[in-house]
Amino acid sequence: MNRFGMLPRRLLHTVIVLFGITLVTFFLLRLIPGDPALAILGSSYTHTRAVAIDNFLGLNKPIWTQYGQYMDRLFHGNLGFSFFYDESATVVIRQHIAPTVFLVIYSAVLAAIISMPIGFISGLRRGGAVDQSSRVFFTLSFAMPAFWLGIILILIFSVKLPVFPISGFGSGFVGHLYYLFLPALTISLGFSTVLVRSLRAATIATLQAEFIDTARMKGIRWRRVLWRHVFRNSVLAVVAVYGVNLAYLIGGTVLVENVFSLPGLGSLLVSSVSDRDYPVVQGVTLLFAVLIVLINLFTDLAQAALDPRVGQEIGT
Amino acid sequence: MSALGTPLLTVRDLHTYLATVQGVVRAVDGVSFTVHEAEVLGIVGESGCGKTVTCRTIMGLMPARSVHTEGEVIYHPRGEGSLLGASEDVMRTVRGAHLAMIFQDPMTALNPVLNIGDQLIEAVRAHDRCSAAEARTRAISLLDRVGIPAASRRMRDYPFQFSGGMLQRALIAIALASSPRLLLADEPTTSLDVIIQDQILCLLLELQRDTGMSMILVSHDLAVISEMCDKIIVMYAGQVVEEGTAADVISAPRHPYTHALLEALPQAEQRGQLRNISGSPPSLINVPDGCRFAPRCRFTTPECLNWETTLVAAGERDHAARCWRHQEIAEGQEAWQRSDSASA
Amino acid sequence: MSAMWAASPSELLMRAATKAAGRQRSVVRRRFTLIIGLVMLAIAIAAAVLAPLLVSQSPTAIDVLHPLSPPLTSGHLLGTDQYGRDLLARILYAGRIDLAIAFGATSVTLVGGTMIGLVAGYVGGKVDSFLMRLVDLFFAFPFLVLIIAIIAMLGPSTFNLFIAIWITSWVSYARIMRAQTVVAKKQQYVLAARALGYSPVRVMFRHILPNTASTVIIFSMVDAVGNIILAASLGFLGLGVQPPTPEWGSMISDGQNYILTSWWLATLPGLAVVFVGVAFSLIGDGLADVLRAGDR
Repeated sequence: MNRFGMLPRRLLHTVIVLFGITLVTFFLLRLIPGDPALAILGSSYTHTRAVAIDNFLGLNKPIWTQYGQYMDRLFHGNLGFSFFYDESATVVIRQHIAPTVFLVIYSAVLAAIISMPIGFISGLRRGGAVDQSSRVFFTLSFAMPAFWLGIILILIFSVKLPVFPISGFGSGFVGHLYYLFLPALTISLGFSTVLVRSLRAATIATLQAEFIDTARMKGIRWRRVLWRHVFRNSVLAVVAVYGVNLAYLIGGTVLVENVFSLPGLGSLLVSSVSDRDYPVVQGVTLLFAVLIVLINLFTDLAQAALDPRVGQEIGT
Repeated sequence: MSALGTPLLTVRDLHTYLATVQGVVRAVDGVSFTVHEAEVLGIVGESGCGKTVTCRTIMGLMPARSVHTEGEVIYHPRGEGSLLGASEDVMRTVRGAHLAMIFQDPMTALNPVLNIGDQLIEAVRAHDRCSAAEARTRAISLLDRVGIPAASRRMRDYPFQFSGGMLQRALIAIALASSPRLLLADEPTTSLDVIIQDQILCLLLELQRDTGMSMILVSHDLAVISEMCDKIIVMYAGQVVEEGTAADVISAPRHPYTHALLEALPQAEQRGQLRNISGSPPSLINVPDGCRFAPRCRFTTPECLNWETTLVAAGERDHAARCWRHQEIAEGQEAWQRSDSASA
Repeated sequence: MSAMWAASPSELLMRAATKAAGRQRSVVRRRFTLIIGLVMLAIAIAAAVLAPLLVSQSPTAIDVLHPLSPPLTSGHLLGTDQYGRDLLARILYAGRIDLAIAFGATSVTLVGGTMIGLVAGYVGGKVDSFLMRLVDLFFAFPFLVLIIAIIAMLGPSTFNLFIAIWITSWVSYARIMRAQTVVAKKQQYVLAARALGYSPVRVMFRHILPNTASTVIIFSMVDAVGNIILAASLGFLGLGVQPPTPEWGSMISDGQNYILTSWWLATLPGLAVVFVGVAFSLIGDGLADVLRAGDR
């Protein structure tokens, strides 16, 4: 039985979505009211440059040609030219990728570490101490804007009790772990709300399933039942939720990078908006979207690996 | 079908109460019976009469928090102490190796993310520290024994790749993995189609004869029970209303409910309307005084509502019924049958 | 056996167990969450709307003589900011805009997204395919990033904030509603309505919608929390509501510069956001409990 029977269709789907993304980012620039060249050049406006931009964007040509030009450049890794930095947008963006990727992975791992035990135990012992207290805690933290939570954490752990640094990326792997702990914690707390709730609900549902009775009937240890039967099934629900929400929280990195002054893609995005650096805005948006598509693909694969029912090729 | 042997499991005055929002549900309200070695006991009754809860209580599979049990469940090979309320560690040694159970819906009774082989091997190794290879061999032969073709190849398959009948066979294999002395089968064929039902029941009977194990077969289908069982218990509203050998209970029922159940069975020679039992079982929360079947009983009198019911010896060979009019019913049975068929 | 049972030890145990089971599900307790949430929201709305009556100071009045006063200074219950503006006044007035965004943005996307999902699910076929592909496409983008990009193009302003949210948020509602509709289509009551010859519009709006609305309404509470946080986040980044209009997010952003000395500037507006956010969450949870009263 091929667990990954759906892979070919899934990859095709992914490619289609990627094309769709480029369409959206392409049209983004077209949203600018007024003259795009004026907007892009800003204070460095000269007539020659404006003409160059018009040609570059193919603004006088039919829309499909413009799109074609855009895609052609994309395939060559050309994300446009940043007039603000006076450099290729690709170069600018590349310099900012590392902190963001590190932060995303760090947050994802931290969220799993926090939410799995809490969610599982909450489901096992409904109404118990862990369940009640975590429910209160997470209702509160869900309503907290990520950036505010970040500031509070800074207040407590960097200002009042100088344990962690206020800002920056640090150097070296361990340095990164240290500097990014508070930012990652900020993101993962928001993320964990949904994970805990999902795992809790899934655990409660699984506990009532008949196959748990069959497992107990065999006379095996309860610990084995918990792990091999209850957890193994409950965690499936979480993987699906994980993927969707991780995508949602990549947006959160934008805020957190701002609060903690991390030189990542998020900070770049925000500064580019006020700098009117449209090509960079476009490029970062595209990159973020691609990242999410890849993450979703990855979660689907993870689901197929864990649940034999998912991977089957279903003819539609 | 064997004669009376040594007692294997004795259930004495079992009560199982469930705490729910609406109140306390008296799911099992004073049930007693004994299963002997190599005997097949049938428990028959409508949905909600307490037969499933009885089995689960015996196995210790009722949720601990909202359930209260009283009475005794004595498994004789393990001594005269009651299993009811025994610690989980004790129950764990009993489950699988001595008592085993199969459930009604095979489609949900197996872990969907593990293959059949792993689940079966898990059962084999639950009470026996054999090597993985040995466990695998035993598992394959078990699958073979229950009639699953290409057993060694199917070990790698997942539950969703099996049909209902095949899954039930696999579940039987799992239940028998540690050679239990008593198998509780809770409506094992209810969710299967008729032809498969027959196959599974034959399989169960065959296995029972080969291994000499005892069986408690639970069903709402009196036809199935009458074919398979040595002794029968009829349950209604949490109580036993009739008990006796299969022959006695089927041919000469002493309780109006059993009587009605038998009448409701479609007969090949009969023509005309199917007889059903009008009304529905009483609430198990506010249990009525007196006889619980009285509102639906054809032979009821006002005194039935005041009588504190007990099982009364009726006929021969430990045949008993919870009806004070059982003698009249037995005697007048023929007369009533004659008059009923005349007016039908 | 009579109905009046003796108070045996087991009986007492059972009574206690029943009470415990009941406590978890009692009607009062279910409504409790909902009521608390509604009360909290009412307080927030009242405070924002009645702001002029509650504080005498103006949110924009600068007082160079008393900058950065801590809370509980005379005349300034929550202190002042770097320009000497009263913090309590600013928080209350900022509430107007943030709450307006919560309601305004959410309601439009709720209605719009639900319609689209309903039509897509009911009509099916190519229309459904197309709309759902569109939805999937939007979901491929991190929400905040797309909104920032749209605002970047249109220029930061309160109105453009609304537009950006309207363009992006309808997808969640559409997806949920479509899934519900597809399931509802096969239910008996819909088949019956169609058999009676009712027009599709009537079936959709008078039959399917009332039965499936609860899910999207509960979700809209979650979305409202999200929109408030979104508004504050964008304000924080300087991309949302522009000064001099006070807004919780931009207040927090300003306050961050003074975090070492004047903690209240960044902290207190955030508490306002949390307060309103928790209110919506509780309403959502409460509604979920009440509307699903029958299930476990």
